[in-house]
Amino acid sequence: MWPSGTALHRRVWGWFEDRLGLNSVRQFIAHKRVPVHSGTIWYYFGGITLFLFLLQVATGILLLLYYRPTAGEAYESVQFIVTRAHYGWLVRSIHSWSANLMIFTAFVHMFSVVFLRGFRRPREVTWLSGIGLLALALGFGFSGYLLPWNTVSYFATKVGTDLASDLPLVGPALARFLRGGDEVGGATLTRFFGFHVAVLPAATTLLLILHLALVQKWGISSPPWVEERDRGSGRRAADLAFFPNFFLREMIAWYAALGVLGCLAALFPWELGEKADPFAPAPPGIRPEWYFLAPFHTLKLIPSRLWILEGEQLGLIGFGVLALGWTLLPFWAADREGLERRRLVTGAGVLLAGYLITFSLLGYWR
Amino acid sequence: MTSQAAEGRRRLVGWLLGSGITTSVASFLYPLFRFMDPPAVPEATVNEVSAGKVGDLKPNSGRIVKFGSRPVLLVRVSETEWRAFSALCTHLDCTVQYQEQRRQIWCACHNGFYDLNGRVVSGPPPRPLESYEARVRGEEVVIARRG
Repeated sequence: MWPSGTALHRRVWGWFEDRLGLNSVRQFIAHKRVPVHSGTIWYYFGGITLFLFLLQVATGILLLLYYRPTAGEAYESVQFIVTRAHYGWLVRSIHSWSANLMIFTAFVHMFSVVFLRGFRRPREVTWLSGIGLLALALGFGFSGYLLPWNTVSYFATKVGTDLASDLPLVGPALARFLRGGDEVGGATLTRFFGFHVAVLPAATTLLLILHLALVQKWGISSPPWVEERDRGSGRRAADLAFFPNFFLREMIAWYAALGVLGCLAALFPWELGEKADPFAPAPPGIRPEWYFLAPFHTLKLIPSRLWILEGEQLGLIGFGVLALGWTLLPFWAADREGLERRRLVTGAGVLLAGYLITFSLLGYWR
Repeated sequence: MTSQAAEGRRRLVGWLLGSGITTSVASFLYPLFRFMDPPAVPEATVNEVSAGKVGDLKPNSGRIVKFGSRPVLLVRVSETEWRAFSALCTHLDCTVQYQEQRRQIWCACHNGFYDLNGRVVSGPPPRPLESYEARVRGEEVVIARRG
């Protein structure tokens, strides 16, 4: 006779417990707590970004079933996906929309970490790995943009790789490496496909493991003002069990994200555009994805020559300095005595967010 | 509220939640599996192809000709007699070839033999080869679907 439901559950659990030691994992999870304060809602964005990344992986694997990475077939294979494959338009649309939403939530996550001071000692490496993940996500966006081999993506890649060639010293070699030759062509497409489905996913997986392991090791940080308030009042800091309380809330957030994504993908399917023609002139209105719009618009505003530098070089050096300064944020956010420079950090965060939003909007409308 | 009523409400909420999640998971999986199923690609219907000039093939020899997207084996049996068969072995779809010494059609994959009427002579093929019409039109050899 079959054992009753509970007995069967116990036996199945016992079988796995004997072989995998699941109880230690369960106890480990049971001890994990999440701080509760007015900013707790921002903690969900890291998880949502992870969820959107997982969706990217799943839909990316599905697209690989039909996609062909050659200049002669790429556009036609995507056309086949969106017009002939069952639900192909939905799979591609979810892949494209979730990529864009993932970069958006990654930015929200980054700024929330800044404003809630989640980068402070001992979480500097968590911050650095997060910045690395954001850079990889932008790399995914840049490489994936070319894959449908349409006019907009072709010219955006030409502009992007041409910009890389303006970097001092390494520029020309880097541009040649990215293009797989002197021009954007079939070799570039094959290369970008390789980056998109092999190199970047491998690097992201490694960095993601490090990032999550560090989040696990150091726990979720409380903002300093919450810590001070709790210390001052002498009460135990308010928190929430990670499992099941926070976990279930996170699942609801994932479900909501899926709902938003499903609506966007179904109501605004990602367009394919015209097939790229390397011998056709660039059509008007060529612009990169929205997350590259701010630097794109900035470069438009810089004069062609300033002092001994060309405008593009100056822009690239400026972006480089800005990115480096931002990456090193945990190291200048406190003085040598360990006193936090709160106003400086908040000001830098507001300025950067303001710059990105304003210039992205200007780049979009002009 | 009695504990019995609370238990009943909890069971109802659990049931609603469980069936809701099951339905949504099914709604995600359905398009996923449908996507993995390759759509049928209609091929342009080919009823007749040119297999080249009469002089291209000497008597007692054969060659594979493209018939739409499928291979067809054209055999010149004698000076005036031509035969054509589907080149796909009825055993496991390997492409067959003409063997001049035996004057038979041979599948190298599992050593199946067919005669010049497409009938199985030996080996594992379960059915005869599908036969096509081969005729000479002027200087040209033409292969056509039967019927």
